[in-house]
Amino acid sequence: MDFNDTKEEALFRKKCRDWLEKNATYKEDSTPQNDDFANKDKMKAAKAWQKKKYDAGWAMLHWPKEYGGIGASSMERIIWANEESKFDVPKGIFEIGLGMCGPVMMEYATEEQKERYLPPMAEGKEIWCQLFSEPSAGSDVAGLRSKAVQKGDKWIINGQKVWTSGAHFSDYGILVVRHDPNMEKHKGMTFFFVDMKSPGIEVKPIKQITGGSSFNEVYFTDVEIPDSQRLGEIGDGWKVAITTLMNERLAVGDAGGADVEDAFRWAKTQDSLGEPLLNNKAARESIADWYCEKSGLKNTKLRTMSALSRGDTPGPEASITKIVSAGKLQNIGNFGIDSLDMAGMLRTDNADVKGFQNAWLGAPGMRIAGGTDEILRNIIAERVLGLPQDPRADKGVAFKDIPSGNS
Amino acid sequence: MNLDFSDDQKFLQEEARKFLEKENALSRNRNVLENQSFFDQELWSKIVELGWTGIRVPEEYGGLGLGHLELCVIAEELGRFLAPVPFSSSVYLFTEALINYGSEEMKNNLLPKLVSGDIVGTLAVTEGLFAPSKDNIELVYDSGKINGKKIAVPDASIATHALVVAKSNSGISLQIADLSQQGVSIEHQENIDESRGHFSITFNDVKTESIGDEISGWDIYESIINQAAVLFAYEQIGGSQASLDMAVNYAKERYAFGRPIGSYQAIKHKLADMYIALTLAKSNCYYAAWALSTDSADLPSASATARVSAIKAYQLCSQENIQTHGGNGFTWEYDCHMFYRRSKLLSLNLGSLSNWREKLVTSLEQSNIN
Repeated sequence: MDFNDTKEEALFRKKCRDWLEKNATYKEDSTPQNDDFANKDKMKAAKAWQKKKYDAGWAMLHWPKEYGGIGASSMERIIWANEESKFDVPKGIFEIGLGMCGPVMMEYATEEQKERYLPPMAEGKEIWCQLFSEPSAGSDVAGLRSKAVQKGDKWIINGQKVWTSGAHFSDYGILVVRHDPNMEKHKGMTFFFVDMKSPGIEVKPIKQITGGSSFNEVYFTDVEIPDSQRLGEIGDGWKVAITTLMNERLAVGDAGGADVEDAFRWAKTQDSLGEPLLNNKAARESIADWYCEKSGLKNTKLRTMSALSRGDTPGPEASITKIVSAGKLQNIGNFGIDSLDMAGMLRTDNADVKGFQNAWLGAPGMRIAGGTDEILRNIIAERVLGLPQDPRADKGVAFKDIPSGNS
Repeated sequence: MNLDFSDDQKFLQEEARKFLEKENALSRNRNVLENQSFFDQELWSKIVELGWTGIRVPEEYGGLGLGHLELCVIAEELGRFLAPVPFSSSVYLFTEALINYGSEEMKNNLLPKLVSGDIVGTLAVTEGLFAPSKDNIELVYDSGKINGKKIAVPDASIATHALVVAKSNSGISLQIADLSQQGVSIEHQENIDESRGHFSITFNDVKTESIGDEISGWDIYESIINQAAVLFAYEQIGGSQASLDMAVNYAKERYAFGRPIGSYQAIKHKLADMYIALTLAKSNCYYAAWALSTDSADLPSASATARVSAIKAYQLCSQENIQTHGGNGFTWEYDCHMFYRRSKLLSLNLGSLSNWREKLVTSLEQSNIN
């Protein structure tokens, strides 16, 4: 056991760090930024940083050279991400495109399409979003009912998508829709990519618990998509979507935000009935448990990296990351706010208090996005532990005959 | 980056697993539990023959001179099969204490015999129905002798020697007592996991030898405990894994309302939570194993982290394994309760969950995590 890079890894890390030191400045603290990309300056800065990375080959380093990458290994990707995270640079805007749309385009688009769309995606010139969930299809994404009707070499799309992160500033989107409700649920779907400026697309931001709006409702009214923008065969929509969802689960990792270090620092000075909160037994026990969760996730990540470094496939351990970190975030938010007693209600300029309130307000979303706690537990139980699926009421019948309730 | 065991260490683990499976360690555990024999002599002798008692003992004292990582993989397997042997008392605590703090003479006298199984050690610290601390130890050491009583001492019926935490004129000191001497009286105390006997030991003018100096005994004791906690944690994740495996298998085979109970989300989510707790504990154990094997300055927080998460994982896995088994899980006949019992034994033997959480936060205060 050791925590050292191999010789090659150390060389690569140095290369990353050298470039980053020349082109960015180190972060002063570890507080994650709450990037609001509706702010035009922030968007501009994010695009400029992405372009700088792209020109130097760092934007999508694992992609082949012809699409703007450098053909890097998984380990090299991790090393890059690890080094980049130490610098004060914009992030969070290109992740859906690069993490989910990119891999699907890479696998299913034609050569001409890849040459046309992948480099601007990597460069940050064009932003992509993912149009999957619908008002009646959340955890059960395959229950989607937006319609695609073929008309000559075009498809006409009608329906509504929801929870679409970044749709309000996206140029393109990947889209899965139902082309035949008479077929079985998982067989009647087809997959496309779509120009978000197409006539008939209307994007309405959704205001969230936090007050911010990072995701949207997207309405489709007689939107035309050329058949050439179909990804996969007609009826293969679910298969293609699964590729994306697997990537989503890899992309959605730690719930950022207030963590055990913040709770600890806060407890050292916060008054609790005349004593520092850190003297309180219950506070100490909670901090101990969060520290164990946090270091458990960190060490799990190191085990995954060890496997990648050896050239092995990592085990399923990483599947626990989001479920543990999102729950911890919510608990730490509660802890911080509660420690203020009645004054915990108040919005203040205190950065720690803001951090706890943001954690508390944002955590419910983290427990849902990218697979709810419940869906993730199903996945661990079925894919890791090998337990049988629930009996399904939606198999072996035409989609239109599946009970759907009122919502 | 390599937070993993070497191929040789994994091979050793595989061999240990095969051995304990072949020896039916689990049913031996049941026999010991039912017959109140406190340990399994035959299994213990075979373990000694395999050299496991000497893994960490340097070659000049007759051991194999291997590292802590080898001991960790063995511990995980002993935990998985609930091996009813005094391994934790004699190896993780007594032998390790001698290796780290014994005088040259002590090491020459005792280590070869610990390796060969001629002597067996244990740790005697608790005196009342509360956690021992440097302020409440009453057993007295004076002029080369100890007087007083220890309770809840594991494995004392097979142990020939005990490491005794005593109060001296100038503080706490650690004493090594040969239990075959006159003035030592050992009595069985009923406990909740009789597959490992627990005893009271009364010392009446019993000659001892000091290990370490006579003032800083409590610090030495803490450091012995911090190291042993990593090895205990490995036994705990072995037992957690076995409990989870049992629950998963049962959930696949047992049908209710026309389908396997493992197809119900109430069961699935329970088992997923067990997997999550175990994975966190296991990853923390890897880090603690590294800290132990390199004598890292991180050891106090790393071992407490492994210990806290391993206690929690084993507690959850062993109790929810019973729950998953329904009425069967509550019977003496099914093995579930043996893991439940052992989880409690291992969680109390080095001090309780709440005290280890406290140790963890104290170590964070000292190292200032932010």
